[in-house]
Amino acid sequence: MLELRAITAGYDRHAPVVRNASLTLAPGEAVGLLGPSGCGKSTLARVAALLHRPDSGTLLLDGVPVRHWRHRAPRELRTAFGVVFQQPRLSADPRLRLTDLIAEPLRATGRRAEIPQRVAELATTVGLTPDLLGRQPHEVSDGQLQRACLARALVLRPRWLVCDEMTAMLDASTTAALVAVVEEYRATTGAGLLTVGHDRTLLHRWCDRTVPWEAVCGEEPVPAGS
Amino acid sequence: MADTAVENGIRPGTVWRSAGPARRSTRTLRVRVSAALVALTVLAVVLVPPLVQLDQQAVDLAAKLQPPSWAHPFGTDDVGRDLLLRCVYGLRVSLLVGVAAALTATVVGTAVGATAGAVGGWVDRGIMRLVDTVSSVPHLLLGIFIVAMFRPGVWPVVVSVALTHWLSTARIVRAEVLSLRSRPYIDAAVSGGASRWRVAVRHLLPGVLPQAALAAVLMVPHAMWHESALSFLGLGLPTHTASLGTLIQTARGSLLAGQWWPTLFPGLFIIVPTLALAGLAGAWRERINPRRRSELML
Repeated sequence: MLELRAITAGYDRHAPVVRNASLTLAPGEAVGLLGPSGCGKSTLARVAALLHRPDSGTLLLDGVPVRHWRHRAPRELRTAFGVVFQQPRLSADPRLRLTDLIAEPLRATGRRAEIPQRVAELATTVGLTPDLLGRQPHEVSDGQLQRACLARALVLRPRWLVCDEMTAMLDASTTAALVAVVEEYRATTGAGLLTVGHDRTLLHRWCDRTVPWEAVCGEEPVPAGS
Repeated sequence: MADTAVENGIRPGTVWRSAGPARRSTRTLRVRVSAALVALTVLAVVLVPPLVQLDQQAVDLAAKLQPPSWAHPFGTDDVGRDLLLRCVYGLRVSLLVGVAAALTATVVGTAVGATAGAVGGWVDRGIMRLVDTVSSVPHLLLGIFIVAMFRPGVWPVVVSVALTHWLSTARIVRAEVLSLRSRPYIDAAVSGGASRWRVAVRHLLPGVLPQAALAAVLMVPHAMWHESALSFLGLGLPTHTASLGTLIQTARGSLLAGQWWPTLFPGLFIIVPTLALAGLAGAWRERINPRRRSELML
């Protein structure tokens, strides 16, 4: 259960990007958040993924409020979320080979022993050949890089996935492939999904329910299942 | 026929495709020439003193101010010392001062700039106000003040140049860290469980190193010029120590009398190695911070 209650967040305290936003995700639920560009949905996604401390409001994970924020939430909580961003080019460290990119969360959390097996497994899942794994981000296409970014998001087996316009830069076949990977992961692990985008058709077909931005930012919290 | 000629001449894409290899070959030519010159410099500086058993200080007043000849390829100075030998020894001292000062300044600047940028908040504000304060004092004046506290020698010059030149590196590194810090890949690393320290060491520092290294290499000639300025004022190296700075300074008088060689050769010894170093630095930056060719072509 992931609950965002009356979240106000932004990069300047006097001009918040997100005002009084509320959203609830049931365990294992896939929710699509629809909104025009610039409305603040990416910021809300960053808050939901515990990457940005809200100015006010509460975030509850399984009914327990997230505490001890510094700029970000504590590590044990953050790693429960896998995040995929819109632009693969900007969300991959330009110096890391794709295999290191995917393995980086395992290194950061001190689970080096799992790296070879886990990377090989995920490369197959997202459709990256061993040849591509040895390349640096500037040597692969946007679609291939986004596959690696999705693999990185899945490598720690997160209980929640946050996809911020994951497919906006991709062609139809890569989009379909990545959505299939996410759905397969959710089917096997029962992970929840918050996906943010402006493609109404895609989100309607992908998610259990879609929520328009106006409903999230209303005065009243949106009841589940609306 | 005419159609074929036109087709062969300006086929769309021909220019585009040939631009790649041409760029690459000039780049490797630049790299090769630079590398050769840098290697030559290093070899000269390292090998000549032990191999050539000649005294660079040997005074021969009978042969003073001779133009370049077979016996003295660079001519002689105003007390008859061989200028080629003096130039090599001078390059040794100047390079040592330049490289040591640039390295120290870069390490200090990178540490300060990265701390300010990565920690942020009041630490950042405090550090940058300190940087502004030190920058507001003319740096040659500050350098003179620092070097005057010690006896003349190589290390006081290094300390003086380093302590007055870390500021620009600190600013560059901080700006770079700030721009990198807001990239989604930092968010992705944080989401993957990376600590602040890991983000700084694994993602931010490698990102700023090319800029810092470039600043360091470009600072080497500047540091060499500072050494000569301080030496000229009598605060840097003692005049009997050959450095490119002291050589040019002592040659000033003879230049007015028409003797060009005591100024020209030390001058070339400053310009050529520093340009070669800068050429290598540029190629290195491209290698470490790869951009896609399409982005470079824009």
